[in-house]
Amino acid sequence: MKAKILIRPKQGILDPQGKAIERALPALGFEGVSGIRVGRLVELEAASTDRLAELCEKLLANPLIEDYEIELENGG
Amino acid sequence: MTFGILQFPGSCDDRDALLACRRVAEARLVWHADVELGDVDVVVVPGGFSYGDYLRAGAIARFAPAMEAVARHAEAGGLVLGICNGFQVLCEAGLLPGALLPNDPLRFVCRQVEVVVENAETAFTRGTRLGQRLSIPVKHQSGRYFAPPEQLSELEARGGTVLRYAPGHNPNGSAHEIAGIVSERGNVMGLMPHPEHAVDPLTGSEGGLAIFNSLAASVTRRERSPLSA
Repeated sequence: MKAKILIRPKQGILDPQGKAIERALPALGFEGVSGIRVGRLVELEAASTDRLAELCEKLLANPLIEDYEIELENGG
Repeated sequence: MTFGILQFPGSCDDRDALLACRRVAEARLVWHADVELGDVDVVVVPGGFSYGDYLRAGAIARFAPAMEAVARHAEAGGLVLGICNGFQVLCEAGLLPGALLPNDPLRFVCRQVEVVVENAETAFTRGTRLGQRLSIPVKHQSGRYFAPPEQLSELEARGGTVLRYAPGHNPNGSAHEIAGIVSERGNVMGLMPHPEHAVDPLTGSEGGLAIFNSLAASVTRRERSPLSA
């Protein structure tokens, strides 16, 4: 089973990476873009999806500062 | 007494920590794959980029065999000091509350800062005075201390903030200007500044020496009277 795990900074937590990107955009001629937040996408293949949430909680995301979403491919 | 300094692939301050500890006691390195700490009284989790800091700073190091031994050591009341990356590792391992986020602004900071002793009653600071200012360098990319509001209030209420950046010295946007914290039981401390780089006036300052002296004194005191912290 293939899965995509999307990890992003929790709402309300300052994301300096997003801010830095946002500040760079006007110089490149992109106006009117705001609210940029940068997360991480993890793609993986798992024999079973039973423990994916545990995997996210224990390693892929730090639940104190990040939210995660698991998206299963193949209609799973 | 003996300090044990963990050495992960990617650690870079392990040898400075070793030299700093040797100013006050015996000290040796502990390889990350070791499953036992042996005769170690105080564990130092040093700075650097353990396992490349992939995923998040400290996220992978917490699963090292030696970290399981460190968790058992802490559980048994043993003293643990995490410096910079070591602080990140201890937070990821759940031995300390909170997390270290990328600096605000997003920039690697490397400079001398002043921190104020907010709690001089801990095993790590008993050789200092409340309100004393220590000059210690910082060098990090992810040092912005964060904890949810209720955890922060709890931390402050129990005197868990041991070191706070002096006014105007917060280099990373840390909540409540927090530079270093101690666990509820008082035996695990993490801090972003590097006391091991501040033990000799020749290299800038000796503000960090007080922490190693305090630890040596704490262990000696425990040996004399095992029931007191």
